[in-house]
Amino acid sequence: MAEAEKRHPVTIEINGTRRTFEVESRKLLVHLIRDDLGLTGTHIGCDTSQCGACTVEVDGLATKSCTVLAVMADGASITTIEGVSPAGSALDPVQTAFHEHHALQCGFCTPGMIMSARQLLRAHPDPGHDDIRHGIAGNICRCTGYQNIVRAIESLVAKG
Amino acid sequence: MIPAAFDYVRAGSLAEAMNLLQRDPEGTKLVAGGHTLIPTLKLRLASPALLVDIRGIAEMKGIQVSENSISIGALTTHAELLVSEPLHQVLPIFRQAANLIADPQVRNRGTIGGSLANADPAADWPAVMIALKAELEIASVNGSRRVAATDFFVDIFSTALEPGEVLATIHIPRPATGMRFTYRKIRHPASGYAVVGVAAGVAVTGVAADVSIGVTGAASHAFPADVAAKFLVGKPLSRENIEEAARLQSAATECLSDRYASAEYRASLVRTETRRALLALA
Amino acid sequence: MNATVLHYIGKPLKRREDFKFLTGKGRYVDDIKLPGVLHMAIARSPHAHAIIRNVDLGAAKAAPGVRLALAGRDLEGKIGPIVPNWIMPGTKVPFRPVVAIDRVRFVGECVALVVAETLAQAYDAVGLIDVDYEVLPAVVDEEAAIAADAPQLHDNVPGNITTIYKVRGGDYAKAAVDADQVVKLRVVNNRLIPTCMETRSVVAHPDPDGTLTVYMPSQVPHMHRRWIAETVGIPEHLLRVVAPDIGGGFGAKMHLYPEELLCPHLARELGAPVKWWESRSESHQSTSHGRAHTENIEVAIKNDGTILGLKVETLGNVGAYLSNMASGGPTVNTVNFGTGNYRIANYEATSRVVVTNTVPVDAYRGYGRPEGAYIAERAIDVVARHLNLDQVEIRRKNFIQPADFPYRPYGGMAVIYDSGNYQGLLDKALAAFNYDARRNERETLRRNGIYRGIGVAAYTHMCGMAPSRRLASIGFDRGGWESARVAIDSSGRATVYSGSMSQGHGHVTSLSQIAADVLQIPIENIDVIQGDTRQVQAGHGTFNSRSMAVGGSSLHVCSQRIIAKAKKIAAGMLEVDERDVTYAAGQFSVPGTDIAPLTFGKVARMAYVGHKLPDGVAPGLDETEFYDPIGMSAPSGVHLAYVEVDPETGIVDIIDYVAVDDVGTLINPLLAAGQIHGGVVQGIAQALYEEVSYDPDNGQLLTGSLLDYAVPRAEHVPDITSLFQETPSPTNPIGVKGIGESGSIAAPPCMVHAVLDALSPFGIRHLDMPLTPPRIWAAVQNARNGAGQ
Repeated sequence: MAEAEKRHPVTIEINGTRRTFEVESRKLLVHLIRDDLGLTGTHIGCDTSQCGACTVEVDGLATKSCTVLAVMADGASITTIEGVSPAGSALDPVQTAFHEHHALQCGFCTPGMIMSARQLLRAHPDPGHDDIRHGIAGNICRCTGYQNIVRAIESLVAKG
Repeated sequence: MIPAAFDYVRAGSLAEAMNLLQRDPEGTKLVAGGHTLIPTLKLRLASPALLVDIRGIAEMKGIQVSENSISIGALTTHAELLVSEPLHQVLPIFRQAANLIADPQVRNRGTIGGSLANADPAADWPAVMIALKAELEIASVNGSRRVAATDFFVDIFSTALEPGEVLATIHIPRPATGMRFTYRKIRHPASGYAVVGVAAGVAVTGVAADVSIGVTGAASHAFPADVAAKFLVGKPLSRENIEEAARLQSAATECLSDRYASAEYRASLVRTETRRALLALA
Repeated sequence: MNATVLHYIGKPLKRREDFKFLTGKGRYVDDIKLPGVLHMAIARSPHAHAIIRNVDLGAAKAAPGVRLALAGRDLEGKIGPIVPNWIMPGTKVPFRPVVAIDRVRFVGECVALVVAETLAQAYDAVGLIDVDYEVLPAVVDEEAAIAADAPQLHDNVPGNITTIYKVRGGDYAKAAVDADQVVKLRVVNNRLIPTCMETRSVVAHPDPDGTLTVYMPSQVPHMHRRWIAETVGIPEHLLRVVAPDIGGGFGAKMHLYPEELLCPHLARELGAPVKWWESRSESHQSTSHGRAHTENIEVAIKNDGTILGLKVETLGNVGAYLSNMASGGPTVNTVNFGTGNYRIANYEATSRVVVTNTVPVDAYRGYGRPEGAYIAERAIDVVARHLNLDQVEIRRKNFIQPADFPYRPYGGMAVIYDSGNYQGLLDKALAAFNYDARRNERETLRRNGIYRGIGVAAYTHMCGMAPSRRLASIGFDRGGWESARVAIDSSGRATVYSGSMSQGHGHVTSLSQIAADVLQIPIENIDVIQGDTRQVQAGHGTFNSRSMAVGGSSLHVCSQRIIAKAKKIAAGMLEVDERDVTYAAGQFSVPGTDIAPLTFGKVARMAYVGHKLPDGVAPGLDETEFYDPIGMSAPSGVHLAYVEVDPETGIVDIIDYVAVDDVGTLINPLLAAGQIHGGVVQGIAQALYEEVSYDPDNGQLLTGSLLDYAVPRAEHVPDITSLFQETPSPTNPIGVKGIGESGSIAAPPCMVHAVLDALSPFGIRHLDMPLTPPRIWAAVQNARNGAGQ
């Protein structure tokens, strides 16, 4: 432990911008995102990969960034909540639907939930009510009881 | 929440991974999806000296459906198994089972090889592999060998893998005409793992010509429900016969007990879920 | 110009605060990155009960990046002890050092700490701390803890009982004699983990000017300012507590924890910012748990279903020490409400507060009222089954009547239900639920071996603890008031400063609605500030469903004061008598004259230029209110659930859930329904899924992470029909009642009743929560094997 930890170069495309870092092997992707990139919209809500607050898109797939080593993300393209609707651009339809249907309260799970909702709608263009509940099973929300989140996603299905 | 320090190497080939693993089998861990290993490291329940990242190994990837068999690279994710159309055409049980594993994010990263090699007594794929009579291809610097899924799971988190060995590929014989499979599972409400899961397959030609059942969650490791299968083979797949087969299997199974569920409850689920799985195929 | 009267109260406005959260711009404590910040990590006890023989910090101190390593002994006499804020009369308060000194009493208790340059280094160094323990026998269960031979936790708490509280009205003993029957039951209110999605976190930052800023997710920033000041020894005026966005509170973020004292102390010692962040599995063993009661109940009844009397004996497990409010929860908050919505003239309750070798137990969404409602509701449901009476009709028969309000249950003085109409709630719920059709369906399906059940539960309680002068008698060391300040700028726009503290409730929207209606200015012209003790001078915060009834009323009164002063200024500007000025729709006018009206903005400008103010009117338009309510509001509700139980697996399928709640005047129906949805799901979680489990032999926490502790996901819960009835509260100017705790109070008995109804063909009368599939299955097996229940 006395010697400095070995670092590895990691290049990722984050919200459309290519960045290179030197990271310790043990650094988690979520810490790279939050601490090194300052993108604090991605949250940490547990340590066993249950809650989904840390969900980001890695190469287009919803991923729990607390369960990925930063070094393993080398070469990946990552989208965080900050990249979903960059400053100055319109909100994503999922974000708008969450607002319209009061699908958030404390907001802590919201970024991860939005990432999962986006993945659900990509993978499943016409999900039914149960599909929606199944599709967001990787994200825990303690405030809303999920009902308005489900409604928000349903509203996007109805719109086609 | 932060693992203890370790070193990290990305293996470009299976040979490279095997070489790295052989140098220090005890202190080295392979990582692919990482969805069991990384939480374990974060909670500092394990502290390996070296992680070998095998995700880039091309020869351990992909789903091949050929005339006689199906081969699945160990690095195939649950999500890939969920959406694979060629696989679905032959064995829809893959979609059914994959859809019941964990949650979408975990399915995007977690691999079938990782699930099998980890041998969690409540994991889903072991039951499916047993029912499908899969053979697991294991590689090491000494060459490769195949182990039947039935023999692969030895005990809690314990498999036939020897130190230095890597689970590389899963081979599944193409099911005989008329053989149909289904998977059922009672989920633990927190972990999502199976309290009991049953993968069952039958071929009926007047009577049950072939019966193959794998059970997970109930005991220290996934196992074939041979008692039920033997009872049913050659008999009509009637409600009464199914019930009796499930009852016999349940009685013959030595079940796990934990804080959440008693051994008696698990035994009862073995009976109920085996019966329900078989009824769905009858 | 067209004058329009603005009505915001009662409108389902979408939230004004959403956009930052939707775009990842919410700012929680862990998002605050200060230069030069040091990281604290805690070494926690692996034993439930042990003597600390020695703490060896040598290796930790020598580890890379470590700036400081301390054990409890090093802090002795410097900070602490941690004292409760609510001490019921007669309570024996155990000594609780900030960091354990010579003995640990629960798994997870702080025994030592490290401050290092990075979080990884801090964790690494904590792993090097070597503590020599002598393990003692532990006790985790409240019934076991009061047994004669139980391990004793504290020398000054003989028998492990800190507090005995009794409440009575009428004559229960006589009622029991007069009764046709006395029905008894024992119920367990399962221990829960509040599980805010944002765990706790603290950053303490010494400012160069001598002040210390503490960022923390506090439901009660002003209370924390006082407690930290008093416990760490910092002058209160030099301490600034900032609660930024909070990722849920539910009661868990309103207590005083060791880490909230250690960071300020160490930041001052080290002259650098010190941060602590709680991991989820750490949270399970360091943040307060909830509920954890056992109740023994007797009901004296007539055979026609009339309830003559109720007797309750409560054991409230509060863990190893008395946390902040712990002596009040199982006592006043629980047994005072044991008679529920029913006219029960003869009542007798005793509550014992019991220490055990477990994580301290304190407020969690409802705190005591869920336990109280569970007593009343389980009692009446058991009586209905016992007498074979309809579960709806027995409630209707015993309900407090609309004409009875204000109602003092069992003739006592402590509890007053201000207003209500339970019959109206019940009728509305039955209609929405399609009760008669469902009952028929249930009977038909039962004949086919399909087990469906209907659950009913009613609740009422009191929220917004007040008035201040009455809180002394129960040892509650804070007031019942709330502050509001309304500062109008020279353009007529308003900044509202509220002592309430949103943790996701949407106060920016709901408080703006209240202010806008009184001020008659567009809601867009109102900003709301909370959670910074340097900006909001004083307050109590958000708990006990008090924000709208107390914080909102404070703002209402304060806004009226703005208008009163503005009227004076307008009168001066219009050169008329103040009494002739009317304010409506944003305009000051003089009815019956042709004097041109003045807009609110023009009057605001005059207030600040001061050119034409009447004699005796000071410049400025900026008012502060310390509003102390005359009493507490009593929300109520009736909930119905429809379930199907698979007796072979024990799995419960929730088919429908209808909630009809009376929270007085609705400020925002959209947000109100959101509170009901969330509360009901937490209540369903208590009834079906969640339970903290300890090993009774060694006190190990068995539900140490979210892999074991079953917080529900979207798949586990149903859609909820949320409807309201509005019976205004006479205790405040808006007529509003509390809402936040309603769902988690109503849902547990409602769900349990639904499942038990489904299981009634098996003769199962009672099961303790959570009604997990294995537990239900075992009960069915026992019943089938003739053991009965």
